[in-house]
This record gives sequence, structure tokens and C-alpha cells, in this order.
Amino acid sequence: MDPYLLRKLNRERAARRAVIHLTDLGDGRDRVICEGDPVAGPLGAAVEGAFRSGKSGVAEVEDRKFFLNVHLPPARIVAIGAVHISQALAQMAKVAGFDITVVDPRTAFATEERFAGIDLVADWPEDVLKARPLDAYTALVAVTHDPKVDDFPLSQALSSGCFYVGALGSRKTHAKRVERLTALGHGEGEIARISAPIGLDIGAASPAEIAVSILADIIAHLRRRPLRGAAP
Amino acid sequence: MNDTLDPLTIAERWMDDGRMVALATVVETWGSAPRPVGSHLVIDGEGNFHGSVSGGCVEGAVIGEAMEVIGDGEPRMLEFGVADETAWRVGLSCGGRIRVYVERVG
Repeated sequence: MDPYLLRKLNRERAARRAVIHLTDLGDGRDRVICEGDPVAGPLGAAVEGAFRSGKSGVAEVEDRKFFLNVHLPPARIVAIGAVHISQALAQMAKVAGFDITVVDPRTAFATEERFAGIDLVADWPEDVLKARPLDAYTALVAVTHDPKVDDFPLSQALSSGCFYVGALGSRKTHAKRVERLTALGHGEGEIARISAPIGLDIGAASPAEIAVSILADIIAHLRRRPLRGAAP
Repeated sequence: MNDTLDPLTIAERWMDDGRMVALATVVETWGSAPRPVGSHLVIDGEGNFHGSVSGGCVEGAVIGEAMEVIGDGEPRMLEFGVADETAWRVGLSCGGRIRVYVERVG
């Protein structure tokens, strides 16, 4: 492996961009392909398939064997609202292997005591998401109940194709939210992607149980998401 | 991504430290394999290693081969299966079979 390629691979991975390290198993020559880079011929189809499935493997193309090692950004969760549900969700998300960030501009909620050891940002989502943009490998969980805090990140999550978008609130609250998101220019199909009421319907009652239902819903969306580029 | 435990990040760091580095990668698995395709083990010229291609069963053999690869720069494809008297010297207790590609960085 070329040292330059190793650096490039690590740089792209650190920036949360999908990359493939491609090795010709015949002569050992390799290259790094970023998502969207054009790759000509039959190898291009194999590369495209690997990006979509996220599965590494050997591909035989025109009597040559290639190894495609796919590196997709790890799935993470951004929770808007440093509420009781988020306290439980943050602990559970870590156990399940997700990175999680909790964002809440209300400093009474976003305290170190309530979120010890958790990546917590006491700032407005407008500012936080500028520095750390959402992407297709992020789940957005909006649980403040407050449109001033929740609406902007929900809108951003729809625009950036987050694999999961969930919002807390009754059906009535959600109906009003739909009106506001429509006014922001989001179409019906886009808005329908929001899980609302948030979480799987398991009859969850306590904040911790609601956190379980949200995490299970996120995992279901991650593992069953339609392959990107495939027909919806 | 946990940078302190990521083999590819370690490989870059070791390279920057001036160490010779080899990278072993699981490229194919059959049956119940302990580590998925794409898993890495990074090895330096002294035999220090980080990461995993089998959860401990065949790492010793891979590290030995990696030292050779560091020496001559020729990549190798290794194959491991169940250890028995007729087949592999070292093997996978889980009954699977894996193919591991070992290459030098640089």
C-alpha cells in the first residue's frame, strides 16, 4: 500500500466521507476511490455496488480479482434537547456502539452533572450544525418539544438526508410541525420521513423506555435503509 | 471512530515514527469466521501489532508472514481453516475459513 494512499484514506475517513480502498490482488496495485469519483467500465459497477451495500469483498472483473474494502462513516446520533429521555438515550447509544452528541441551548438543561462523559453542546443548533453538519450517516432526534429549538435541525436533517429523523410530540403537535416545515419548503414525501411520534410503538412509558424505543427505531432504519441510489 | 484503536490510524502513526509497517486484511471468509471481511491487523518491523484478523487464532502466523513481507516487499495471500492433521498448522477453532492479504506500507 502506498503511504500517500494510507494518508488519503485516513483523511477521508476522519472527514466522514465514504471511501473504498481498491487492491488488484494480481499485482498488488491499489487506489483510493471517494464516493462520486468516476470509475470506468465493469469495475465501476462493482465499485458502485460496494458503496451502496457498504460490504467489503472480492470482485472478479474481466479475469482480474480486486479486493474492495469499503469504509462508510460510522453511524452517529445527534439529539436535540438535553432532556430526561436524552440522558437515558446517551448511555444506551454508547452501549449500542453509536457516537452521540446532545445539543441544547438551554443551559439549565445542558449541564455537565446531567450528562457526565457525554459529548454535550450548550448552544443553538443553528450554530452547532454549521461546524458539525448533518449527513446521511447521522440520525437526528429532536426531543425538546420547542419549535424554536427543534424546527431548524429537523429541516436540516431532511435536507441532508439523515438516515433517521425523529421528533417528539403528540399527533396534534406534529400536525402543526408539518405546517411549519411545509412553509420552509419541504415536500410531503420528505416530511413523511419523520418518525413522529418518535420511536417504535412498544408502549414505552418512562423516559428510559422511550429511549429504548427511539434507539430500536434508529437501528431498524440503519439496518433496513434502502440502498442509496436504489429505487425508493 | 475511536482513533486510538483504529488500525489504519495506528499504521499512519507508526509510519510517521519511521517504523516499517505491514498491513494484513481479511479479504474473504467462509463459514463462521471470527472477524468480518475488511478487518485489519497492522504489524511493525519489530513484531509489534495492533488490530485483529481472527480474534487471536492465527495472529501469530500472520505476524510471522508480515515480518517477511516487510523484508522483501512482496505481498502475500494467506489462507487459514480448521486446524487438523491434514490441513493447516494453525487454524480457526470456530470451523470457518479465511483468506488474509498481507502487504507492506510503502
